[in-house]
Amino acid sequence: MNESVITTNKLTKQFGDFIAANELSFEVNKGEIFGFLGANGAGKTTAMRMLCGLLVPSSGTATVAGYDVYKHREKIKQNIGYMSQKFSLYEDLTVSENIKFYAGIYGLSDSLIKEKSEQLIHQLDLRKEENQLVSSLPLGWRQKLAFSVAVIHDPKIVFLDEPTGGVDPVTRRQFWDLIYDAAHRGITVFVTTHYMDEAEYCNRISIMVDGVIEALDTPANLKKNYSSKSMDEVFRQLARNAKRSE
Amino acid sequence: MKQLLSFIKKEFYHVFRDRKTLLMLFGLPIAQIILFGFALTNEIKNAKIVVVDYAKDEASRQIADKVDASTYFDIDKYLSGHEEIEEAFRSGKIKMALIFPDHFYSDLLHTNKAQVQVIADASDLNTATTLTNYISNIITDYQSGLNKGTTIPYRIVPEIRMLYNPQLKGEHTFIPGMMAMIMMIICVMMTAISIVREKELGTMEILLVSPFKPILVILSKFVPYLLISLMNVTSILLLSKFFLNLPVQGSIVLLYAISFIFIITSLCLGLLISIKSESQQTAMFISLMATLLPTLLLSGFMFPIENMPLPLQIISNIVPSKWFYVIVKSIMIKGSGFQTIWKETLILCGMALFLLIVSLRSFKIRLA
Repeated sequence: MNESVITTNKLTKQFGDFIAANELSFEVNKGEIFGFLGANGAGKTTAMRMLCGLLVPSSGTATVAGYDVYKHREKIKQNIGYMSQKFSLYEDLTVSENIKFYAGIYGLSDSLIKEKSEQLIHQLDLRKEENQLVSSLPLGWRQKLAFSVAVIHDPKIVFLDEPTGGVDPVTRRQFWDLIYDAAHRGITVFVTTHYMDEAEYCNRISIMVDGVIEALDTPANLKKNYSSKSMDEVFRQLARNAKRSE
Repeated sequence: MKQLLSFIKKEFYHVFRDRKTLLMLFGLPIAQIILFGFALTNEIKNAKIVVVDYAKDEASRQIADKVDASTYFDIDKYLSGHEEIEEAFRSGKIKMALIFPDHFYSDLLHTNKAQVQVIADASDLNTATTLTNYISNIITDYQSGLNKGTTIPYRIVPEIRMLYNPQLKGEHTFIPGMMAMIMMIICVMMTAISIVREKELGTMEILLVSPFKPILVILSKFVPYLLISLMNVTSILLLSKFFLNLPVQGSIVLLYAISFIFIITSLCLGLLISIKSESQQTAMFISLMATLLPTLLLSGFMFPIENMPLPLQIISNIVPSKWFYVIVKSIMIKGSGFQTIWKETLILCGMALFLLIVSLRSFKIRLA
């Protein structure tokens, strides 16, 4: 069970004098939903980008899906999915065109693309909207679609950068059902968020303050250690001393 | 390869879904040609002119009558002095003024030489050129009538002045110039905007995280606009042949080859602009500044480069449209072959290569 798919050791990213992420060391296990919490500017996105290969770390080491972030970027790309905080589908393409496009650039075969998009449209109950432009869908549906597209190639790990921004609580709950479903299929989920209710859904969470990981444990243990009733309280205790803010 | 195809397909969706842009892409060249075609129609009928007749003699009256009788001109009124000419032109209705000096006929009889002054409103360039040609013909005609049966070779020298635009230019140069302009606008602006849009939307990040190679992103952005531009070249050439009666004198294959090189140059320029700009507005603005202005001002299309100050002449050499314009003009109008244009072609190739290398190198694989 405890097979780790992401391992970092003193991973650091520095922009000039500014240390965005300072000596991050953690492990993420296979099939785990790993939450990455922090206030704005705490360094969550920077950390995630280093792991996805969008940023070169300044120092430290990291492996993702067993591949080194410095040497095997191409290998990593084939094994991860990514969904950014910005909406990441093409609005002037229809639902099925978006699915086919993303499946296509991951090099899935025609028959697999067909099978996957059938399955996906069925799962998201988008049969009627299949040939509608994505711009006509409500935001929550788009987010769910974006997530499903991000895991269409069955990656080992999917990185979600604040995926539920601006989405209502009901849709957020549905979104998390999709995440659980992916985790059941053995996809490791690495998610950043600043919704504390979402933090409760994660298997383990790390809380970043000013570029440093201040705490890393299961939600239950964190609440116990910080003698708090909710994750919100834990987070407030930790973030109180933060110097950086937007 | 399959990945590339699905990407190119997506690019075509973008192009065809955006009706307004699509209309611009295909409509612009056609509209331009048709507009220019009508503007270039040489035949002008019943142009209003004014006459200042200081001579009031037989010859001046005969010429004036002959002018009035022609289908080209209508004498609007006779003015008493040339001071009134400027005012007549200002009214906008008058296209030309005809001035007979004192003793017109007696000069003609005794010195065998008389002058008539023709002042044309050259703010409307094509009309002015055409009208002065007509009037010269009428006067020559009258002159040959006089010469009939006499031994004295009478000679009337029309002195023509082009007001407001002394530099007259050939009429068919606009096709090559327009080809340069249209391709520049489409390739540079569209490429730049479509890449920057992916940056703005955040989809570029997704692409960079995917195993899809950045070089293929660029390639698939290029393909649709390359094809559209080649189609536009075709439609411009067809229109120019059948609508404007201006067939290509030289080799069509050579013309397409040159256009291809020019399109690649423009696409790379667009790519470079997209790398430097963060928003679609910026990209559009830079593209317009980098394409429209140099193409209009420094390619020789509107204004002859030889008459520019030296610094501008030097700057014009780095404008790709200038070279394209020079090449296309010689192929289309003079029918030149490769041996006469190889130098210009080499320069254009050099520019394409330079921009390609620079833009590919600066297209970042990582976001920061």
